[in-house]
Amino acid sequence: MATQVDTSNTTPTGVAAPSYWRGVWDNHAPGYLFLLPWFIGFFGLTIGPILTSLYLSFTHFDLLTAPRWAGVENYVRMFTNDPKFAASMRVTFIFVIFSVPLKLAFALGVALLLNRGMRGLPIYRALFYLPSLLGASVAIAILWRQIFAGNGLVNQVLANFGIIGPSWISNPNTSLWTLIILAIWQFGSPMIIFLAGLRQIPQDMYEAASLDGAGKWRQFWKITLPMLTPVVFFNAIIQTIEAFKSFTPSFIISGGTGGPINSTLFYTLYLYNEAFGFFRMGYASALAWVLLIIVAAFTAFSFLTSKFWVHYDD
Amino acid sequence: MTTEADRLTVVTTASPTRKRVISIVSHALLIIASILMLYPLLWLLAASFRPENEIFTSGISVLPSINWNLESYVRGWNGLRVSFGQLFLNSFIISGLSVIGNVLACSLAAYAFARLEFAGRRFWFAMMLMTLMLPYQVTLIPQYVLFLNLGWVNTFLPLVVPKFLAADAFFIFLMVQFFRGIPRELDEAARMDGAGPWRIYWKIILPLSTPVLATAAIFTFIWTWDDFFGPLIYLSDLRQYTVMLGLRTFVDSTGMSDYGGMFAMSVLALVPIFAFFLFFQRLLIEGIATTGMKR
Repeated sequence: MATQVDTSNTTPTGVAAPSYWRGVWDNHAPGYLFLLPWFIGFFGLTIGPILTSLYLSFTHFDLLTAPRWAGVENYVRMFTNDPKFAASMRVTFIFVIFSVPLKLAFALGVALLLNRGMRGLPIYRALFYLPSLLGASVAIAILWRQIFAGNGLVNQVLANFGIIGPSWISNPNTSLWTLIILAIWQFGSPMIIFLAGLRQIPQDMYEAASLDGAGKWRQFWKITLPMLTPVVFFNAIIQTIEAFKSFTPSFIISGGTGGPINSTLFYTLYLYNEAFGFFRMGYASALAWVLLIIVAAFTAFSFLTSKFWVHYDD
Repeated sequence: MTTEADRLTVVTTASPTRKRVISIVSHALLIIASILMLYPLLWLLAASFRPENEIFTSGISVLPSINWNLESYVRGWNGLRVSFGQLFLNSFIISGLSVIGNVLACSLAAYAFARLEFAGRRFWFAMMLMTLMLPYQVTLIPQYVLFLNLGWVNTFLPLVVPKFLAADAFFIFLMVQFFRGIPRELDEAARMDGAGPWRIYWKIILPLSTPVLATAAIFTFIWTWDDFFGPLIYLSDLRQYTVMLGLRTFVDSTGMSDYGGMFAMSVLALVPIFAFFLFFQRLLIEGIATTGMKR
């Protein structure tokens, strides 16, 4: 590639041709110069730290004294002798397994409804999107704590029907569900992506189908859904990774503890507490690497299986 | 939009009355869903203006109280040892600098990926895409150690400097997509006139890219404004706290007694985001629709 570009860039006759190296410099240096800030960040803040945290995950490190080599001790402890690790895994997987499909189902359902040529689409779309935009804020987590508290909004509604609700936040059986509902509440951004995807489906496919006598239901299963699978795939991956990384709601709603009885102990919250509460930086690094492996494995698995269910045009 | 729907009506055999009923039912469903979704927000807004003793006695009402006042705002504003004014200033400084950093650094990188030919371009582009998927936890601790050794902990630097190093690769991707859509003939013409890559970037690409730069700026602002984890780790002096960190302190210290103040400050914390939503809604929604953003 390099030499091709070089030869095409010879100067007009009459002017002395620049040396070969001058050509190489002219052709490649600008790219690298423009990328310079990114390179500094990429090596200094991403690649370097990833490798360092891999190393730290095999050590005991308290930030004050030098890391002590520990071999695979951190990993062994994690999987054999750490009930909190097991609890946080359980909580996080339940959160991901319930919040992501439900959120996507809502997003798709509302998008389909809106895509019927509804009047006022921009208004509905904006209203449904608003929670997505605000939802990550600490302010919303505080509001959520209040809504599901013993004297909160939900129980006041229930009281109108003569039901005395529990404190949903401080009951370990329901606390995680308040967080799942908070995640579902933010279905707006995948909904917008679904809407954009729906608009890409050529209308004549539907016309042809209904001329052939296919009803709405059949059209949905035979045209809409298959044509939309790339968008479903994309949304599922993004939302799953986001769900694994979720931190703020569980931190605020549980007051940083992951309680009651570890019922909202998200994996990221456990990692944070190990690192910055107990200064077990080696162990926290090992936790981070396990998270990376889970996310990478999930992504790889999704891409590998995608050819069996994701429909591409070609 | 409507014309497409009309064309469909011609083809399908459903009677006009049935169409009408379906339309009314759909609207009813959507309106109920909107109200349900926005109800908590409306309740928060109403509660923030109520006298303290009415917050829990007015039930689920979102109507303004006849005794409405700004006491909660005054109490909340001064609810911590440091005024919330300082926290808002801090948040604005951090978010503002992040916007500048992201727009500059990401557009530089995006220009290189979208327009310049150099050895290894595909490889580095793939590397950049890989970092999109990376959970931040895996770089967290070494970054903390690095910033600690640089003496940057308890300053704004760890929150802002990475933005100037294009650490938010997502925005590079966003801009590459946009830059690729700008006709290359414009570059060629400028090159004929003797413009180098820097001039082309500055005089042609950037001025033609205001929509994507604005989208990146707005999302950077909102995400930085909302960011809780970064400030939680790097800031420990109350005078340097961001609004979000202040809210959390509020919950821990006085939140159990002063609900009004806490709600009022929560409302204020949401105001800048809501303002962006109000004024730049189209840009935000288009940004999400074309690139598939997580939020």
